[in-house]
Amino acid sequence: MATLTKQEIGTVLAKQGILIAFAIFMIGFTLANAKFLSADNLFSVVRSSAILGVMALGVTFVVISGNLDLSVGSMMSFSTIVVLDLHDKIGPLLAIPAMFAMTMALGAMIGFLVGYLKLNSLIVTLGMLSAIHGLTLTYSGGKNMDIANKDGTWFGIFGQGSALGIPVPILIFIALAALLGLVLAKTPFGRKVYAVGGNGTAATFSGIHRARTVFACYVISATCVATAGLIQASRSMGSQNTVGQGMELEVLAAVILGGASLMGGAGTIFKTVIGVLILGFIQNGLLLMGLQFYVQFIVTWLIIILAVWLDIAAKRGRLWSPIA
Amino acid sequence: MKTGALSEALKKGGIWGFIVLELIFFSVAGQFLSISDKAFMDGGNMLLLLKQSAPIGIIAMGMTIVMINGNIDLSVGATYAIAAIILLDSMTWPIFAGLGDWVIPVSCLLALSVGTALGALNGLIVWKTGVDAFIVTLGSMLGFRGLVFMVNGENPTSNLNWTLVDLAEAEVLGLATATWFLLGVTLVLWFVMTRTVHGRNAYAIGDNREAAVNAGIRVGPHMLINFAIIGFLAALSAVVFYSESGSVNPNDGQLFELWVITAVVLGGTKITGGAGSVIGTFGGVVAIQLLRKGLGHIGADTSTVNLVIGLILIAVLFIDRQLNVKGKQELRI
Repeated sequence: MATLTKQEIGTVLAKQGILIAFAIFMIGFTLANAKFLSADNLFSVVRSSAILGVMALGVTFVVISGNLDLSVGSMMSFSTIVVLDLHDKIGPLLAIPAMFAMTMALGAMIGFLVGYLKLNSLIVTLGMLSAIHGLTLTYSGGKNMDIANKDGTWFGIFGQGSALGIPVPILIFIALAALLGLVLAKTPFGRKVYAVGGNGTAATFSGIHRARTVFACYVISATCVATAGLIQASRSMGSQNTVGQGMELEVLAAVILGGASLMGGAGTIFKTVIGVLILGFIQNGLLLMGLQFYVQFIVTWLIIILAVWLDIAAKRGRLWSPIA
Repeated sequence: MKTGALSEALKKGGIWGFIVLELIFFSVAGQFLSISDKAFMDGGNMLLLLKQSAPIGIIAMGMTIVMINGNIDLSVGATYAIAAIILLDSMTWPIFAGLGDWVIPVSCLLALSVGTALGALNGLIVWKTGVDAFIVTLGSMLGFRGLVFMVNGENPTSNLNWTLVDLAEAEVLGLATATWFLLGVTLVLWFVMTRTVHGRNAYAIGDNREAAVNAGIRVGPHMLINFAIIGFLAALSAVVFYSESGSVNPNDGQLFELWVITAVVLGGTKITGGAGSVIGTFGGVVAIQLLRKGLGHIGADTSTVNLVIGLILIAVLFIDRQLNVKGKQELRI
């Protein structure tokens, strides 16, 4: 009987562990510093997490379908640079769709290589990380991109504006999360993504078009990256070529923290959002406690490993790995 | 049969063929495009190339055996930075003040042990928790970087020890110290992977972990040893590089993991484990460095290098798969 309860506790921990951890952190940080829970602070954390968060939404699709995407960081740099450059050349109204089209074309290329040619996604996106970085540098000639007339354009609305008292980046993040959460949880396409990631062979035999599903996941990911690039460009109105460098691994950390399995087939948009928020709030909470910025790196390290460890420990029913 | 042999030869020797192609291409193209009138195939240039590929190359050897073992290590860049800081900083610690130049071996040893310990820590976590190495080292990539800032603060640490610089810039038999380290590491790991029980077991584990367990191989310790080795090599790479440069920035080594993995995959090691070779990785490291230097030689800028390396990586993956598909079809007939 005792073991049964232990297992039950394990199951609850495994299913809701990330939410419990999130709650504990929020309570702890609030006790440590009353300012933590103020509306101003909450808004500022979510707003600064929004760019990472929007990218994590797309990567969640890719990870659930059983693949990886390491190219989102350099792809984000690409879309930021392109939209800033085109803004002055053809105006924001045309620049934004043009940038989306170009970024989605890159996503489609990765989707083709991983989905239809069945190449290893880790290596393909690693190659694309490098290639897209090269593409960005070639496009910009290595120079920083700036919008010439920063006051005479409505382009800043996506990153700096606010509606109903809520900053626009947060609204975009929430809207996109709701939309993609619905797609993943309630549509036939969402089911296919889980099926392909859970067991690709079984999915193929059930008549699911595996290649097409993977392809679509990468296009969704690229669309999210383009959105993140748009927010970034609009917020800063100017950018270096390396603005998204290193973000691919942060994004993956958030997605994994949310409980998506790298083996594919598991994860939800809601939990990814929680993962993103945990990363953002840890960063903010530790700073408010007066700790140095690097403490968040170490805490994140512990949390990622603990989260995944407890998750699989609950699944296998024992804490330590059976590996001899 | 004959085509099978051909695809086998292509798979094994592909990287060397690619290097020869690069040499020919850059030599010929250099005649028309280069700004300098020095030939690309100049001996001094080639020796410099070997020296410059040492930092990435030494770590790539470690990554090869970790990947053959079926794991991956994303934290090498941070380990590299920590070792560099320990090396340069410890030389000024008061407790070592009385040592004079004997502080050099002590500091090197300290840096190497820290690297080994961090690698072993990764290995231990992978072993005992059963969490995928990708996730464990993704976490420690952040965590180790945090340690870097904790030890060092945000400012660069500089400490030029001229005896150490002389050692690093010495040339023995015409090869730089760094080159000797690269060759030495390659040779030792080649021996370990092809001539020892540990090496054979590492291949077996990477190829099929279940089968290896059933065959009575203790999977955990082998993984731990390989992670300790890559930690040691990341530190060694830092020792080799920073004894000459003498200044380290806490952000150094970022994206190293990606360059290293690129070199290893170009050299024919499978990301899924069980296949690959240290010698192939040596080829991969040289090929990348040749590409960088060669493109520079014909006047292309860094952006082209990134673009070309990315595309080549994908092309290699595609060709490799085509060759493997061919092999399977032959088997069926």
